[in-house]
Amino acid sequence: MTATARSTKDTAQSELWRRLLRQMLLIRRFEEKAAEAYALGKIGGFCHLYIGQEAVGVGSLAALRDDDYVICSYREHGQALIKGVAPGAVMAELFGKSTGCSKGKGGSMHLFDAGKRFMGGHGIVGGHIPLGAGLAFAIKYRGGDQVCLCFFGEAAVNIGAFHEALNMASVWKLPIVFVCENNRYGMGTAFERVAAVTDVVEHACSYDMAAAVVDGMNVLTVYDATRRAVERARTSGHPTLLEVRTYRFMGHSMSDPLHGVYRTKDEVEEQKARDPITQLAGKLKDEGLLDQDAMDALDTEIRDEVEAAVTFADESPDPEPDALYHDVLAD
Amino acid sequence: MPTLTYRDALNQALREEMQRDPDVFLMGEEVGVYQGAYKVSRGLLEEFGPQRVVDTPIAELGFAGIGVGAAMAGLRPVIEFMTWNFALLALDQIVNSAAKMLYMSGGQIPMPIVFRGPNGAALQLSSQHSQAWESWIAHIPGLKVVAPATPADAKGLLKAAIRDNNPVIVLEGEMLYNVKGDVPDGEHVVPIGQAEVKREGTDVTLICHSKTVTTALKAADQLAADNVSAEVLDLRSLRPMDEAAVLESVRKTNRAVVVEEGWPHAGIGAQVVDIIQRDAFDSLDAPVQRVTQADVPMPYNKHLERAAKPSPEKVVAAARRVLYLDE
Repeated sequence: MTATARSTKDTAQSELWRRLLRQMLLIRRFEEKAAEAYALGKIGGFCHLYIGQEAVGVGSLAALRDDDYVICSYREHGQALIKGVAPGAVMAELFGKSTGCSKGKGGSMHLFDAGKRFMGGHGIVGGHIPLGAGLAFAIKYRGGDQVCLCFFGEAAVNIGAFHEALNMASVWKLPIVFVCENNRYGMGTAFERVAAVTDVVEHACSYDMAAAVVDGMNVLTVYDATRRAVERARTSGHPTLLEVRTYRFMGHSMSDPLHGVYRTKDEVEEQKARDPITQLAGKLKDEGLLDQDAMDALDTEIRDEVEAAVTFADESPDPEPDALYHDVLAD
Repeated sequence: MPTLTYRDALNQALREEMQRDPDVFLMGEEVGVYQGAYKVSRGLLEEFGPQRVVDTPIAELGFAGIGVGAAMAGLRPVIEFMTWNFALLALDQIVNSAAKMLYMSGGQIPMPIVFRGPNGAALQLSSQHSQAWESWIAHIPGLKVVAPATPADAKGLLKAAIRDNNPVIVLEGEMLYNVKGDVPDGEHVVPIGQAEVKREGTDVTLICHSKTVTTALKAADQLAADNVSAEVLDLRSLRPMDEAAVLESVRKTNRAVVVEEGWPHAGIGAQVVDIIQRDAFDSLDAPVQRVTQADVPMPYNKHLERAAKPSPEKVVAAARRVLYLDE
């Protein structure tokens, strides 16, 4: 490799690292603001934060093209932001405003942006996994080379829909990557208390599917693993199951305390020492690619961006009363 | 006009719509190689290939969801359930995914999908295979529901369902597949939401759909022998329901009997009675009567089964009650 080529590669890599750091930080600051807004009563219903799991959404979406599909469970604020839904439109949706990405009809659990190929936000555990396979079916039906990334938590693995979807995706060779975000707890139930097979990745054997276990606290590892899986889906149409091991630093939803009674404070603190943002920021510093001033500047920039999203949501109108009856049926 | 069975009329609708629009595909258990559990899809695999006539594993929840996902991407899936009894396993996808997608996405994601298959009791299949699902499914906003009674309506309503940009439930009568009737060639689309008077009359309205149209027509024949003129109104669509047609007929006859294959509690007939009492109360000369399946799971024994089902005799008896002929 020539010196120029090496330096171009290094530049591309450092740009990628900075982009991933920026995206993780955007999610972190966005979710912190969402928690504040929830406490102020500006957000209602259920609100599931992504704090701690940022590396999963950020690392995996970095492997996608704009025309690839993403479909998620109800813990999807992060993926929505990274797939290109404007922070203002996401925050406005959490606030139930007409300018929200689902016009205030979906809320936290049902963020949608069809133009960005962000296909929701689904509230029934595991119910959207076949939908992801259906998006991949449509890609194949039309002879396209897009892929679908389908996110779900480890608790969804105990649902029949997971198994039915994996089987058909494998039988029909659908271009999909199943991303299981194993954060160890389905609400307050530790996975090993309710799952006979605790290594999610082993389920891939039943469906003759490629699979990998991935460190979900390391965004670069997630990126690499997803890139390989996406490449496999794009070129050969074969699906992959990724078990991405992660941890949520917050409660299951805003109504659940930080660590609750089902896990210890020590465990949460231990996991926080593996914070994906701190890890990548440290790496950038070690490599001399980002000093503390630059880090502080980045953080300020992102805080301003999130504050602008909150202002936008605050100042946006509620849906008109007659919106109640809009969009029940299409023309 | 050609005479076709109800089965072949459905087949013709599927074939014509698949020829017309390459985004239409059929998916379900035994739809391809086996040619359809009830032979509705006969010949389609040969004509359209395995990409568009897709045999699935026995996994209703899964393949219904795959259909919904494909519709999210703009395809127009026709999902066949071998019977609606098995579709119960897929209700989460029909109710939580298909019916709500447009609304909860703020109007971004239409859901042009058809869920179809046989509904209602056949013969001696006992409890789990003999159920009428219309009141369950017609309860859900975001869905349209049709239940054709004749081969012509089967073709016309299925074509309308496939062209509709919303999830449409097509409840086919399991006992109707062999029924023959005149079916218009080619472009024959029956608009969803329009009832049809299948027999005109002046003394009492028999309101029915799907298989009970046949039951009501037989009852009307028997009533005619007693000089009672019964009008038979086939709802055809259960959501939206043609309220104007119901009211027009009842305002003319002043008496009504609602006939359905489902159970009485919270049934389709209860909805029809609500429409009548709300908007035609002053036209009524007698309380509306209902004929339904007996309020029990379906038994296997053929005598008990007959006793459980709506029949022309039960409809005649109900009509005579609303006409006060037996006092």
